[in-house]
Amino acid sequence: MNGAGLRAAGLVLPLAAFIAVTFALPLGTMLVRSVYDPTVAEAMPETLTRLGEWDGAGMPDEVVYSRAAAELARATEQGTLGQVASRINRVRSGLRSLLVRTPRQLRDSPAGPRREALLAIDERWGDPETWHAIRTAGDPLTARHYLHALDLDRARDGSIVQRPAEERVYLRLFARTFAVGLAVTVLCMLLGYPIAYLIAHASARNARWLLAFVLVPFWTSLLVRTTSWIVLLQTQGVVNDLLVTVGLVADDGRLALVHNMTGTLVAMTHILLPFMVLPLYSVMRGIPSRQMAAAASLGAGFFQAFRRVYWPQTVPGVGAGSLLVFILAIGYYITPALVGGQSGQLISNFIAYHMQTSLNWGLAGALGGILLASVAALYVVYDRVVGVEGIRLG
Amino acid sequence: MRARRGASVGALAVVALAAGCGGEARESLTAVSWGGSYARAVTLGYIEPFMAETGIEVRLEDYNGGLAQVRAQVESGSVHWDVVDLEIADAVSGCDEGLLERIDPGMLSPAPDGTPAVDDFLPETLLECSVGTLFYSTVYAYNDERVPGEKPATIEDFFDLERFPGRRGMRRTPVVNLEFALMADGVPVEAVYDVLDAPEGVERAFRKLDTVKDQVVWWEAGAQPPQMLADGEVVMTTAYNGRIFNAQVLEGQPLVIVWDGQVLDTGQLGIVAGTPNLEAALAFVRFATSARSMAAVSGYIAYSPVRGSGLPLVGTHVETGVDMNPHMPTHPDNGARVLTNDWLWWSDHMDAMNERFSAWLAE
Amino acid sequence: MALLASRLGRIAYLMACGLVFVFLLAPLLVIVPLSFNAEPYFTFTEGMLRLDAEAFSFRWYRQVATDPVWRRALANSLLIGTAATLLATALGTLAAMGLTSRAMPVRRLATGLLISPMVAPLVISAAGMFFFYSALGLAQTHLGLILAHAALGTPFVVITVTATLSAFDRNLSRAAAGLGAGPWLTFRRVELPIIAPGVVSGALFAFAVSFDEVVVVLFMAGEAQRTIPRQMWAGVREQISPAILAVATFLIGFAVLLLWTVEWLRRRTRASAGYQPYAPAR
Repeated sequence: MNGAGLRAAGLVLPLAAFIAVTFALPLGTMLVRSVYDPTVAEAMPETLTRLGEWDGAGMPDEVVYSRAAAELARATEQGTLGQVASRINRVRSGLRSLLVRTPRQLRDSPAGPRREALLAIDERWGDPETWHAIRTAGDPLTARHYLHALDLDRARDGSIVQRPAEERVYLRLFARTFAVGLAVTVLCMLLGYPIAYLIAHASARNARWLLAFVLVPFWTSLLVRTTSWIVLLQTQGVVNDLLVTVGLVADDGRLALVHNMTGTLVAMTHILLPFMVLPLYSVMRGIPSRQMAAAASLGAGFFQAFRRVYWPQTVPGVGAGSLLVFILAIGYYITPALVGGQSGQLISNFIAYHMQTSLNWGLAGALGGILLASVAALYVVYDRVVGVEGIRLG
Repeated sequence: MRARRGASVGALAVVALAAGCGGEARESLTAVSWGGSYARAVTLGYIEPFMAETGIEVRLEDYNGGLAQVRAQVESGSVHWDVVDLEIADAVSGCDEGLLERIDPGMLSPAPDGTPAVDDFLPETLLECSVGTLFYSTVYAYNDERVPGEKPATIEDFFDLERFPGRRGMRRTPVVNLEFALMADGVPVEAVYDVLDAPEGVERAFRKLDTVKDQVVWWEAGAQPPQMLADGEVVMTTAYNGRIFNAQVLEGQPLVIVWDGQVLDTGQLGIVAGTPNLEAALAFVRFATSARSMAAVSGYIAYSPVRGSGLPLVGTHVETGVDMNPHMPTHPDNGARVLTNDWLWWSDHMDAMNERFSAWLAE
Repeated sequence: MALLASRLGRIAYLMACGLVFVFLLAPLLVIVPLSFNAEPYFTFTEGMLRLDAEAFSFRWYRQVATDPVWRRALANSLLIGTAATLLATALGTLAAMGLTSRAMPVRRLATGLLISPMVAPLVISAAGMFFFYSALGLAQTHLGLILAHAALGTPFVVITVTATLSAFDRNLSRAAAGLGAGPWLTFRRVELPIIAPGVVSGALFAFAVSFDEVVVVLFMAGEAQRTIPRQMWAGVREQISPAILAVATFLIGFAVLLLWTVEWLRRRTRASAGYQPYAPAR
């Protein structure tokens, strides 16, 4: 590298370092959590070593029981038992309270073989499934969150199987997220193309005004726009009032336009529309309007002229706008959370749910990892096709 | 040049302002609670009296439940919250996970007649790491003006779309909803959790929920249901009884509570493990869980004391003079069927039920 | 006949465009008059439709202006926004100068990475930041939010300044260097004045990003760091008071002001760089 190259790199370095620390590393820790969780392994190392030798069929031997008893007691003292129990409970539901109360009850049980003592506390200590759950949760490096995020599970023999039908949720959510992304992209395209054309071929003064009409919503806070849609669309809102006044809808038959998928689609289309209009406008501005006239004078009808002459030249703009709208749409969180009701929730909402409510951070990480991979793949495509530094909307 | 100097002075001011946010001379505590009319009740009921008595400043934050923030603070060793108002299942999990300080019941204030706290608190309200503050109930309510003719009266009616058509509001969680569904499906109160223990019981509850699913609007924050009823967004909705009460008496909304099948819970106060203000936090918990404080809260919102000595102190609503006793979830006239939430069952099955519930919602 | 058909087609087309513009602007136009509603409703009362002066009032504006919660939210938003903007603008401008240098190694990859905070789903960024900043003790601090918002704002500065710089005539720098000016002097006296409008536009974008950001705030902020969007979120989620509409109207006015400033700056720049994408806030 020559001096100028070093100087250029030196200018970029502070920001690169800043982004690495404030953004990339945090993302990294999130992804690490999706495959790595040493909680159980650290709390019960001896038990897990011995369980490794267990054949998996009958009950484990007394060594496993005595080590488990000792290590659970130690976890109680260290205050980590609850974390251990919740990890194991995620593998097999119902074990949480058993694990949490066992050390307490063991303290009062007479000395002697721990196997009998544990079995006396609860017969589930004799169930191989319990020990399988401990063994599974004890593996610090695991793909099970990713399997879970794809509605899969690992069977006892190690093969990968589908989860039972009533537990399959995430594939459907990913499908819904991508479907919403696609629908919003198409809607933006249908609404955006005509007005981009209008702006691109209007007089300079008109164009400036029309462009401002697109840019004002663009600069307006996302929360403001989402709030507006709630106000407009709710049952006692402006749109329903209007429909009732005109007589299109009965007062007791007001339409449910918000807190469902309709709300999500309307609000997201509104919010993302400028991201479609601006690249389209930028491409169309470069197309002389004389071309269409020329085609017409050669005998082409409007649609033919449009299809053969105009449309092909706007494809780059359509591609750039569509990719950007789709990338942004599949990561949306705030708008679906506020106007989506139940049917309008997307994958981001579930990531937030597992982050904040269920505290299943591994699963949140895995869902996030899959979403992030999708976005990254599209981003690379975008970079190849449009060039990220050329995100030039207008 | 002058303009540029102005800019850097501005930057300095910003930095100084940022630094200023940190330093405080007075001893202070951060308490975290549920927002809305409930936050107002605890503020007037015991936070302001506590500040007046001790000179310790209490800042009240809102949250919507869950342990995520507590866990993040404890694990990172930077604890900003001191006292948290918890749902009982979270209080139990938080204790097991070492996220909450253990609280010696001996330090709690005795009853006015001198009875020690341990003997004064009602059963299952004093836990290892948290202290009960009140009974609240999840009930369902309807807007009297929007239900002409026959009025709903039982939990079965909530699920009866033929006699009572219209949208329903429910909290977006399996908790309480599964119980409501089973009770409405004919399961006796005392058998609800036994039925839920078996997979067929869970299946049965979800099948009952299926019958109203299309009509349900899901809520999350406790302040939403009264709003949804007032706006006509739903005909009836599950809700916390105190929030409905406040809409009735403070805003004069024509809302009616159906007590039948109510699910009773206790609110718990816990102290975040590793707080630097442990002593002040303990003093706060002691103050807030006195019989007098509990009765004071019940003067602002219809939640009942959990101490035997607190119950007789329940009087009238401070602002309107309404007698609070008939509005308490524990009042004997309120519902033939009262189910007490089994937090042990929920702490075991919360993850699985949430998963199941999400899958069911996405269907 | 053909002429008539094409006339009708043109009219239909213009009407369709008109409807799209209504769709774009109606939500904003509706909220403004409703924020002056004297009644606590979210729809036009009969009095409002009759333009009855009694039906309008400033009560929600007064309520917001006197509410300490909103005032603190505004102070937080301004503090975090300003600090994040300064940081993002300084770092972003330097990086843009490096990225536009022809000698810059691995330029494409570097650009892609530096712009990635703009497209990464905010929930994922926020979740990761929550873990990482908590471990550093930066969660629930103003500093943590400033750093996070600066990271989210830098791509906008990089894009805007890069666009301005790519239209910048490098010969000017070379001439300055030929006349004996060092790199710093060249930057200060030659480059900066020319790219200044681009830098200011970038700064405005970065400020707008921070001023509108709510996901990271939801994950990381405590009560003491609540910003305006966070307060609006709480209001919308729990109960929409018309006070929210007053805040919304204020923010719409603020957006118009920002847009006008950026447009004005853009016209001042000779560079043909177009508009930059505004906050993909989600």
